[in-house]
Amino acid sequence: MQLVVNGREHTVDVDPAMPILWALRDTLGLTGTKFGCGAALCGACTVHLDGEAVRSCSTPVSEAVGKKIATIEAVTAGADRVGAAVQAAWIKHDVAQCGYCQSGQIMSATAFIKALPRGKQPTPEEIDTAMAGNICRCGTYARIRAAIADASRSLV
Amino acid sequence: MLHNIDPADLPRALQRLVTHARGTPAALPRRSFLKLAGASGLALGAFPHVALGQTAGAAATTLKPTQQPSAFVQIARNGEVMVTINRLEFGQGVNTGLPMILAEELDADWSLVRSRHGTNDVAYADPLFGIHLTGGSHTIKNSYTQYRELGARARAMLLNAAAAQWKVDVATLRTRAGTVLGPRGLKTGYGELAEAAMALPVPEKVTLKDPKDFRIIGRPTQRLDAQAKTSGKQDFGIDVHLPGQLTAVVARPPVFGSSLALVDDSAARAVKGVKAVLRVPLDGGGEGVAVVAEGYWQATQGRDALKLEWDASKVEKVDSEKQLAQYRELAGQPGPRKLDADMAPLATAPQQIEAEFIFPYLAHAAMEPLNCTVRLGDNRAEIWMGSQSAGLDAAAAAKVLGFTPEQVVVNVLMAGGGFGRRFSSTSDVVVEACAIAKAARTAGLDVPVRTVWSREDDMKGGYYRPMHLHRAKIGFDDKGKVLAWDHVIVAQSILTGTVFAAFQVKDGIDASATEGMLTPYPLPMRLTVHHPKLNVPVLWWRSVGSTHTAFVMETLLDDIARATKQDPVAYRMALFGDSHPRHRAALQLAVDRSGYGKAKLSAGRAWGVAVHESFDSVVAYVVEASIKDGQPVLHRVTSGVHCNLAVNPRSIEAQVQGAAVMGLSTCLPGSAITLKDGIVEQSNFGDFTVARITDMPEFAVHIVPSADPPTGIGEPGLPPLAPAFANAIAQLTGKPLRQLPFNLA
Repeated sequence: MQLVVNGREHTVDVDPAMPILWALRDTLGLTGTKFGCGAALCGACTVHLDGEAVRSCSTPVSEAVGKKIATIEAVTAGADRVGAAVQAAWIKHDVAQCGYCQSGQIMSATAFIKALPRGKQPTPEEIDTAMAGNICRCGTYARIRAAIADASRSLV
Repeated sequence: MLHNIDPADLPRALQRLVTHARGTPAALPRRSFLKLAGASGLALGAFPHVALGQTAGAAATTLKPTQQPSAFVQIARNGEVMVTINRLEFGQGVNTGLPMILAEELDADWSLVRSRHGTNDVAYADPLFGIHLTGGSHTIKNSYTQYRELGARARAMLLNAAAAQWKVDVATLRTRAGTVLGPRGLKTGYGELAEAAMALPVPEKVTLKDPKDFRIIGRPTQRLDAQAKTSGKQDFGIDVHLPGQLTAVVARPPVFGSSLALVDDSAARAVKGVKAVLRVPLDGGGEGVAVVAEGYWQATQGRDALKLEWDASKVEKVDSEKQLAQYRELAGQPGPRKLDADMAPLATAPQQIEAEFIFPYLAHAAMEPLNCTVRLGDNRAEIWMGSQSAGLDAAAAAKVLGFTPEQVVVNVLMAGGGFGRRFSSTSDVVVEACAIAKAARTAGLDVPVRTVWSREDDMKGGYYRPMHLHRAKIGFDDKGKVLAWDHVIVAQSILTGTVFAAFQVKDGIDASATEGMLTPYPLPMRLTVHHPKLNVPVLWWRSVGSTHTAFVMETLLDDIARATKQDPVAYRMALFGDSHPRHRAALQLAVDRSGYGKAKLSAGRAWGVAVHESFDSVVAYVVEASIKDGQPVLHRVTSGVHCNLAVNPRSIEAQVQGAAVMGLSTCLPGSAITLKDGIVEQSNFGDFTVARITDMPEFAVHIVPSADPPTGIGEPGLPPLAPAFANAIAQLTGKPLRQLPFNLA
């Protein structure tokens, strides 16, 4: 099976039903994407599939064939303007505590900001709605809100 | 947890545990496992005791391993300072806080300071308790002086090295941010001096800075792992990948402690990628089947293909509804008393309140599922995991493997939360992973094995905050003066049967069940405690006893204030009197910054107040809440925090907010673990509620200024949140809340 991950093509010999998460983590060694619940309930495993935030723990690799997968490693590597702004805001606001959920938080936040109409600043309610699927057990939500608002402002 | 232990008791406790683990009396491991001189730089003062021993006439050092800079600080030639932390970092920020403390006295250039985890080496034991322990909000409190002294010793060695190099009196030298400065403009970086400093004796006595000269401690400081944790580069225990490594998952018994009646693994073995199917002993006398495979997915596919029949005939099947009835019955029985005030005034008291409180079992539900990786050799085992108790885990691993604790190395790795679950008295996660690795090796798989728990395994697998029933009967006069308070707690004991029982369970009462009762209020209380035994594994859970005692105390005091038409803040302040200045200061700060009693609230909102001391720190909350569509909503929280000296105010803000969110979780519908016919009914975040961003209130953290030695902050923000929220809701409904999660019915 051919998978395009972070702009690179990979041939993987796995069960087509295997969730993208495990192809990334166990087969390709990209461990920045985290396993939290295995049931699309917590958002720790969020990746972008053709730019859209998806829960990789519950999306089979077969669905990714012919599409582009982007993970935290690439989205925060600098070339992705929105990803870089989100990461910078996350660092500025010192969002992470244990940090385990933050890959998924950043991937959800980046997809959310990218989907906003150009120049539009999100309302607090829109931020909450967009991020409601990502659990942070450390409770970093106040700083997540501030970081997303900040990142959006910095991109205008 | 353990905050009221006399530290002198714990080394003995460890001795007992190690002895128990080995079956023979044992000394603590003395040999260092550390590789001190790596490619990245030279350890400052590496093996100073060895160096001293070789120096003619030099006196042998009497410094303990926990006092020697060699194990804690490495300075590379480029000036980078690597600080090793003696705890598990799992969100609480000690991998920034401890380096700040050391760097302060070292006079390091903060921009060059890094940190890393330690191991089960004896150097990384808690300096007061003598065991490896991350818990009880102890890290900064117990290691503040330790890390200051380590930094000061390292600095003294660097100064001595510079004095020798320049042939000047050391008294003429000073330091500034990673540089030694001497007379005539002499100047050299720490990196260039580290190798020479390494060969020098470690000074036993050092002078510490005057806190007014601090330039790192007290400054709001960004976490050292902020970059790694926002780029996918931070490795956690679950990310360990060793050559040849396989992954195991375990089919666990639905009822705790059950055994296997029938195993048909033919289909599981046929699953592509499955390497072995192994019957293994589990925690609490149970049995399970481990499926070892190339990766997690293949292992779970194999597990799904198992056909198993369980025998639960020999174990108790707990049922939450029946359990509540049993607890109620027990609450009416006589039992051991923790406090024994005279209850005679109760009968004649002008006013009375009777209340019953129910708190459910709670899962820790850390974001990183439990996991442990084991590499076995003939006479050595190496373990990688996020452990809150590396020494006890090593001892437990040694017992399973037939090794001595010295033959086991535990590499402590970053953990995705823990909240107590990464320290269990049976070391269940490690023991299980070692049993699997051992069985795999016996089956011919001589490779590292990473055992991973699924979310469902984690949530159904036990070790919960216990279910509690509280009953109170309070008599008071029309001014709110309590005349008699008769209180009963029914709950499983967390510490009975553990190594801590000897000094934490006295006269049949587990100290962790009653911590947070009464203190600091001067009330005439009789406190009876019942500890039924049930087949549900229980454990400390962030802020332990205070998760329920703060709720009971702070809501009942509000009830009395309301019944006697007193302001809840004024009522508490009167009870504190002059004897509790930290409580007063924390509450006053929250009151002042919130606008309590002055600002006009939005329609439908009410104020709620609570204050609680735990782990030697005091946190007060003033909250605004309302009821929307029949559900309580928390809008705004203003906190006053007293944790003495604030080492990293930015981290304290994060910890208080985070602990409060965890406290908020306990109020939300669905935040309960329940059992039916012995089986835990919840399985994942769909049926066990934790707070989400949509539940998050506006939140302000204010810290009372103090120069006294720092106290804990990982847990104290949790206990007062739920009662402050409940008190606000009670103001709106006129009816107190008596359950967590909240039940307005």
